[in-house]
Amino acid sequence: MAGSVVTRDDAPERWEDPGFALEQQGEAWVLRGELTVRSLGEAMPRLLALDDGPLALNFSALKRFDTAGAWAILQLREKLHSIGHELQLQGLSPEHEALIARVEQAVPTPPEDERRRFDIRDLLAAVGQAVVGVGRFMAEILAMLGVFLARLAWLARHPSQFRLTSLVYHADQVGWRAVPIVSLMAFLIGVVLAFQGAVQLRQFGAEIFVVDLIAISILRELGILLTAIIVAGRTASSFTAAIGSMKMREEIDAMNTLAIDPATVLFVPRILALLITLPILGMVANAMGLLGGALMSWIELGISPAMFLTRLIEDTSLDHVLVGFVKAPVFAIIIGVIGCHAGMQVGGNAESLGRQTSSAVVRAIFAVILADALFSVFFAMMEI
Amino acid sequence: MEQDVVIRLRGLRNQFGAQVIHDDLDLDVYRGEVLGVVGGSGTGKSVLLRCIAGLRPPQAGEISIFGQDALHCSESARRAIDQRMGVMFQDGALFSSLTVRENVEVPMRTVPGLSAAMRRDLADLKIAMAGLPYIAGDKYPSELSGGMRKRAGLARALALDPEIVFLDEPTAGLDPIGASAFDELIKGLSQSMGLTVFLVTHDLDTLHATCGRIAVLAEKRVMYTGTMSDMLEVDHPWVHEYFHGPRARAALDTKERIA
Repeated sequence: MAGSVVTRDDAPERWEDPGFALEQQGEAWVLRGELTVRSLGEAMPRLLALDDGPLALNFSALKRFDTAGAWAILQLREKLHSIGHELQLQGLSPEHEALIARVEQAVPTPPEDERRRFDIRDLLAAVGQAVVGVGRFMAEILAMLGVFLARLAWLARHPSQFRLTSLVYHADQVGWRAVPIVSLMAFLIGVVLAFQGAVQLRQFGAEIFVVDLIAISILRELGILLTAIIVAGRTASSFTAAIGSMKMREEIDAMNTLAIDPATVLFVPRILALLITLPILGMVANAMGLLGGALMSWIELGISPAMFLTRLIEDTSLDHVLVGFVKAPVFAIIIGVIGCHAGMQVGGNAESLGRQTSSAVVRAIFAVILADALFSVFFAMMEI
Repeated sequence: MEQDVVIRLRGLRNQFGAQVIHDDLDLDVYRGEVLGVVGGSGTGKSVLLRCIAGLRPPQAGEISIFGQDALHCSESARRAIDQRMGVMFQDGALFSSLTVRENVEVPMRTVPGLSAAMRRDLADLKIAMAGLPYIAGDKYPSELSGGMRKRAGLARALALDPEIVFLDEPTAGLDPIGASAFDELIKGLSQSMGLTVFLVTHDLDTLHATCGRIAVLAEKRVMYTGTMSDMLEVDHPWVHEYFHGPRARAALDTKERIA
């Protein structure tokens, strides 16, 4: 029978209780039970608590001994050596000796400066890195946008290289399949606006202005903004996950070696599909929002659909619709570029895929809202 | 010396749908030996390993490990068996979101009474014993080369000082120097730690360098078991081709030259 795992008793229940014991016999301490990884938590403090001074341990009654036990013995010996005493080991079998020798040879020495304490410099460095990280992120996003535009221009000159099937597939995924959720959301927003507007405007006898309220807020802001937020949640994450898992499995590298440009086949169809479908989704949202508003106005305020329509056409400037639609392509590019960029940032492990996917959604939504705020300021200054 | 059987397989049957992989397979693994399992592609070497490791129940047959029935036992008994075995998967199968040190600490967390500092020191010890440098402990699996991942996988398999380790193709994909270093590592660990090693491999050099006994899987069962020199005598066509082919001769020559 060979080895460290010297087994004299094979009953499985010994795993329940490792049963380590120390017993003094004359000059020596006799080890009993097992000195293994299982009993180490109990054995190690007891070994280290033995009186400082020359010490002898007797192994002859030890049932099991493994590398963790050997490590404990070496730790004890080191402690005694450091105060100038010897550790004597008695009754060692050849297997015990071989094991201790092997462990002794392997025990690593950690580099000195490794466990430095955290101080103010680390904090400053972390802040600095975060700031630089933001700058680098902006630069990377711009670079991604540049790559997209360059490839788009190249494809305009080489239309045969364009992947129409891919574009149609992605348009279906990000556009058509988002129609139900976007419609429902916009309809409910219209209902809410009409209801809240009715309650407030009735106090002034100005119920009819609820039409203006609904029309302007939906056409100008809410329709497209909320659509973009929903699409950012749905689509930025799916872009990141799809591209990121390809990156993780080296498929992107394979494309590069096969002289296929990942930007042309992966980014352009996706971002272009968004660019095409987001305005259409916005239009759907506008229509559904107005429908919800009209329905609620009819129920709550008795404004008939015909009156709602007349008021809508006569009183609402087309500018509001245009202001809404100008934003759609910008939002589409923001969402697409952020999603594709995050996908390319995925590293070699599953965790980074998850982290990038969720951060793509957060960044895309944040960027969409920021862009919307900038648009508002711009249009206010232009007095449109 | 009486041989102590740690794994006993009797009448094992494995099949995927209508495709029978193993039929009436018998095998004994003895304590402290390094058993090499060889066989052509698709003969179910890895399936056999997964069966014994409890990852896949066989369709029929008996598996007893440490003298206990490993198929019809309570879950806690099975877990007790599992804690005495370690498996190194082909590419390490390390948890990608943990560092190498944390990976090695994972099995240690099941042991009551081990403090975090002890776990850390023991993990560092296991990493060093698997032949990795100290700094590898702080790295993530994706930052390591294939050979280092295998070593890290071995360190995790050895974390609780198991009595049996299963190694699935430990040297596949390693360069010859890395592969022979790994052979030495397995041999050294099995000698000093008294490990029983169940080794699935295609690598003839590994068979020569480490295995005391070889089991050949063919025709849905273990056709032959024996030492390397026994294998050279067998006149089954596949076994003959395997151990007398050009690669086998090269491996044998190398061994003789070293000897």
